[in-house]
Amino acid sequence: MYQPEIETMDRERLERLQLERLKPLLKRVYERIPFYHASFDEAGFDPEGLETLDDLRKAPFTVKQDLRDNYPFGMFAVPRDEVVRIHASSGTTGTATVVGYTQADLDAWSDCFARAVGRAHGTKDSTMQVAYGYGLFTGGLGAHMGGERFGATVVPMSTGNTKRQVNLMRDFDVDILACTPSYAMHIADTALEMGIDPATDLKVSGMICGAEPMSDELRRELEQKMGAQLIDIYGLSEVMGPGVACECELQDGLHLAEDHFIAEIVDPDTFEPVPDGQWGELVITTLSKECSPLIRYRTRDITRILPGECACGCTHRRIDRIRGRTDDMLIIRGVNVFPRQVEEVITAFPEVSAWYQLVVSTRGDLDAVDLNVEVVPEFDFDTVREVESLQRRIRAALKGNLQIAVNVRVVEPKTIERAESKQKRVIDLRKRG
Amino acid sequence: MIDQLSVFMENEPGRLTELCRAIGDAGVNMHALTIADTTDFGIVRIICDAPEKAALALKSVGYSARSTKVMAVAVPNEPGGLAALMDVLKGAGVNVEYAYCFATPDQRAVFVMKTTGGSGVAEALAAAGFEALQPKDVYSPDEL
Repeated sequence: MYQPEIETMDRERLERLQLERLKPLLKRVYERIPFYHASFDEAGFDPEGLETLDDLRKAPFTVKQDLRDNYPFGMFAVPRDEVVRIHASSGTTGTATVVGYTQADLDAWSDCFARAVGRAHGTKDSTMQVAYGYGLFTGGLGAHMGGERFGATVVPMSTGNTKRQVNLMRDFDVDILACTPSYAMHIADTALEMGIDPATDLKVSGMICGAEPMSDELRRELEQKMGAQLIDIYGLSEVMGPGVACECELQDGLHLAEDHFIAEIVDPDTFEPVPDGQWGELVITTLSKECSPLIRYRTRDITRILPGECACGCTHRRIDRIRGRTDDMLIIRGVNVFPRQVEEVITAFPEVSAWYQLVVSTRGDLDAVDLNVEVVPEFDFDTVREVESLQRRIRAALKGNLQIAVNVRVVEPKTIERAESKQKRVIDLRKRG
Repeated sequence: MIDQLSVFMENEPGRLTELCRAIGDAGVNMHALTIADTTDFGIVRIICDAPEKAALALKSVGYSARSTKVMAVAVPNEPGGLAALMDVLKGAGVNVEYAYCFATPDQRAVFVMKTTGGSGVAEALAAAGFEALQPKDVYSPDEL
């Protein structure tokens, strides 16, 4: 463990620490951020009336649109001379959301990611290759700082130039790889094409992967190909970046960095808190952020609190792996569908790989769903009938699991585009009313 | 039985060109090629020299390819030649999944087929005077 005194702190002390940090925070955002002044007043929430952590539930939520409405610096709680870094979301679906960091914010973030390096069996002798994109996206620099903070040697590759990534991994004895799961798969496949077996010819023993949903099957396939354990890391740029929560080596849920964040799970329809163990939307309150603090931020990520203690010794509560996003959730002919459910179905078929693309469109008045999925090079076929039978069997499995009809089309290996940043699994061509 | 090279392929412009180039780059000569097509995909079936080597070469560049056992029979290159063969197969209760035909330079027609069902096919063919071809009769087999 990187910070055992914090990671194994007993619950009572931890919750006292949270309360000690939360009280001044509420006062500060109310005084310094006009948005919170207005929203607290409107909700009748008294920032100085907090007695227990549960009282936080009386505070209003913050949503992504609030960040957009206050573009670019309206949500900053410190003067500009204290801001040392800015990250921003891509803004593909609207105005970008901007997050600022003071030096103390970067330090806390570095610590959070450094805990992940420890959980991926990092040592000070480790060499960590960062193949997340560097730039406004938080993945690259977050991993970079965490690696350096931990004391590992960081190779700042960013994405792309995949053959070179493989060569340097071999030449530099890289033992930890940090990137998105889809890019890790692409690196492993590229190595194999180069005649390098990543499981035996490379020294990678740990991967720190996040920023994309990932099924258990995809994770196992990746772990097997790379011969390394994959640690799932969670974060979002609005809240900080990667490191908000992270798995331990037991891979049974992601430990929240509860010294820096308070997490709640709410029902995505009623926004009422749900009991531990029940799925809902993750809501986060930042405890130590100076520049861009957030109160009850609705992440749109669907997860649940895993009840009970973890055998690893870390006392910080765990969330389950992210099941989907409230806005990734496709509503197809009135049925809720998460792309990950599709992935879980198709990975049960050895004839096809985990590479797929789901295309949703409108035919007549109805939603139509087409699934393109790659066959593996070892696909054992001889007749048209066999291929059609495979398509039919996948279709039947999807129908059974998702309750919707999907038009399945198997395609040649390596024909679905590999993204270097975030894999685009779903293309929704439907016109919005 | 002989080996046929089967390749799974999407119906996309240029894909067959790339396939033929890949086979050529592997130094493999083709004797016959046929495509079974559906709306979305096709299966390309090829009789070529060293089919196992060709399948490995294609797999290494990302194709879904394999070699498959099929039956090859020489038929007289004359009117009614194939009909006589089909009579024998019908008599043996054989179902033909797919088939195609090509001629060799020595005026023999080679009938290639994938069959299911039936019994005593080889004996029935021999009794009717048909010759079931071996790999070396049709192409240069893989070197062991």
